[in-house]
Amino acid sequence: MPAPEQYRMIFRHIDEPGYTSDLACYLRNGGYEVLRKAVQRKPEELVDEVKKSGLRGRGGAGFPCGVKWTLLDRKSGKPIYLVANADESEPGTFKDRYIVYKDPHQLLEGIMITCFANKVERTFIYIRGEFPEGARILERAIAEARAAGFVGPNILGTGYGCEIYVHRGAGAYICGEETGLIESMEGKRPYPRIKPPYFPAVLGLYQCPTIVNNVETLCHVKHIAERGGEAYSKIGTPNNTGTRIYCVSGHVRRPGCYEFEVGKITMGQLLNEVCGGPLPGRSFKAVIPGGSSAKVLRFGERFKGKRKSGATMVDYDWGVEDIPMDFDSLAMIGSMGGSGGVIVMDDSVSMVEALGNINEFYAHESCGQCTPCREGSLWMKRITSRMVHGLARAEDGALLKSVADQIAGRTICAFGEACSWPTQSFIAKFGDEFKAYAAAKAQARPDGAAELI
Amino acid sequence: MNLKPETLEKIDAVIPRYPQIRSAALPLLHLVQEDQGFISNEAVEWIAQKLGLQPINIYELVTFYPMFRQKPIGRRHIRVCRTLSCAIMGSYRTCAEFQRQLGAPLGGTSPDGEVTVEFVECLASCGTAPVVMIDDTLHEKVDAARARELSDLIRAQAKAPAQQR
Ligand SMILES: Cc1cc2nc3c(=O)[nH]c(=O)nc-3n(C[C@H](O)[C@H](O)[C@H](O)COP(=O)(O)O)c2cc1C
Ligand code: SF4
Ligand code: FES
Repeated sequence: MPAPEQYRMIFRHIDEPGYTSDLACYLRNGGYEVLRKAVQRKPEELVDEVKKSGLRGRGGAGFPCGVKWTLLDRKSGKPIYLVANADESEPGTFKDRYIVYKDPHQLLEGIMITCFANKVERTFIYIRGEFPEGARILERAIAEARAAGFVGPNILGTGYGCEIYVHRGAGAYICGEETGLIESMEGKRPYPRIKPPYFPAVLGLYQCPTIVNNVETLCHVKHIAERGGEAYSKIGTPNNTGTRIYCVSGHVRRPGCYEFEVGKITMGQLLNEVCGGPLPGRSFKAVIPGGSSAKVLRFGERFKGKRKSGATMVDYDWGVEDIPMDFDSLAMIGSMGGSGGVIVMDDSVSMVEALGNINEFYAHESCGQCTPCREGSLWMKRITSRMVHGLARAEDGALLKSVADQIAGRTICAFGEACSWPTQSFIAKFGDEFKAYAAAKAQARPDGAAELI
Repeated sequence: MNLKPETLEKIDAVIPRYPQIRSAALPLLHLVQEDQGFISNEAVEWIAQKLGLQPINIYELVTFYPMFRQKPIGRRHIRVCRTLSCAIMGSYRTCAEFQRQLGAPLGGTSPDGEVTVEFVECLASCGTAPVVMIDDTLHEKVDAARARELSDLIRAQAKAPAQQR
């Protein structure tokens, strides 16, 4: 089956010739019309639209956005905060960068609608430190929006007021985790908080109810307010509504960001047709479907089981190419849609070295609060690094697995899972390669194979 | 502390954005580092005092967040992405080429104090790998050949009189 057409909703204007990040251009393209209508409605209605839309968070966990908003503790009488998560630090993910750099007003409009719907009066955009230009673009966009009455006191003459500020991170991955992000916003080390009791919806920023949403999620809110939740929920597939931006990187001919209805495209269509297939003379070996924390998939493996199709259960028997790119299907086959970052590796890549590269990332980024995560991520890095740069033993795969197995479920935040899943899945799927690595290392590297650690 | 008047102005503008003053710690660290090039002990104490905090409250941030540094670096700052998508597209070669061309050790500064080269983790531009940040600017698809061109440019700019930089 040929791949469907892209459905460019969030990325509609990104890369459009002549489209610029300033307010005048945004207004020429109908900008802030949705906000204008939204502030005439009751806030509760807007929350309802988002609930009806079925929108799931695009930051990683896929949690239903409308449900998250209804969990807010509104009775406490404390102010409610919104923090837009523009930390975009999950390896393989690069969609929020384009939204911030190329269409900042779309994000601001989504944020203002979200603030109005949830009665938020002060909101922050937490942007990673490595986007200095992005922070300046947002500051400028906010100033423009403020001068035009879309942000600030008395928005569009309604009497409702809300301020937006940009807050820059400083190079730590863990600031993307929502409670680490909140600690960071409070001027502390970004040590994630323990849940319960620190669910942001109840005890978030300054111990007040707080929404943390990803940049792409907040852009979707604008489109939901525009079309209505019901209409939006018809885009995509049941329980996996709307569009999704897939960020494809690595060994394909045309890497990049591609936006499709969720679940309407398969991995094979995405990689072979949309991205042009493997590089000349190469074949696909492995793909990580949802950011580097997602479990790796091996080309050639098969996934079998029963799944729901409408009201009935049907059998499925899929290769990697057949997997529909939605939250539920990717979870069903044991991985995840995560942040939408699809990392492709071809047959020139050694899986031991690729895991070594990933392990170095996690060892560098663990915040260090929990012993299993701090020590385990370091051990996994040391073992893979020894395999590549020193002695590789046949039993190293088992050793790696035993370390990984002792982390997940014993930590404060989901980083524990995030750092153990790569090791567990690489060993489960490429165990033979780990066993045979010593011998493979003695041979010449495949032509064009890059050094990875 | 000898901060530029613009920096002091920005510092006074940023503090009232936050309901709690401690939140201004990170923005102040950024502003001071942009002004001074690094965070000295004196700067730690100055920021702490400005925000009514203990120096340790600031110092623990400087030692945690990778972007803050306690020593000066070269006039130009080259950050090469090391993470998976960039690595499989050759970022280790790119980094080695910058080091060779500019005479800087990995994670250190060239002897003439001009350039610092380091590896960083994913810069969120994996689709145009390998990527490199030179000062505040992102450069995409920087293979070894492109690294040589960029190195030539950096050398040429270093020789040019200051006002042309
Ligand atoms: C280790 C870790 C890193 C994360 N990094 C990010 C990130 O860079 N950007 C992001 O939006 N969410 C990130 N998340 C997810 C956030 O914690 C949070 O769930 C998300 O921002 C919620 O937004 P959403 O519901 O709109 O997806 C991360 C989670 C973990 C555990
Ligand atoms: S799991 Fe790791 S990153 Fe998360 S709080 Fe514990 S040590 Fe920090
Ligand atoms: S891996 Fe280099 S930018 Fe993401």
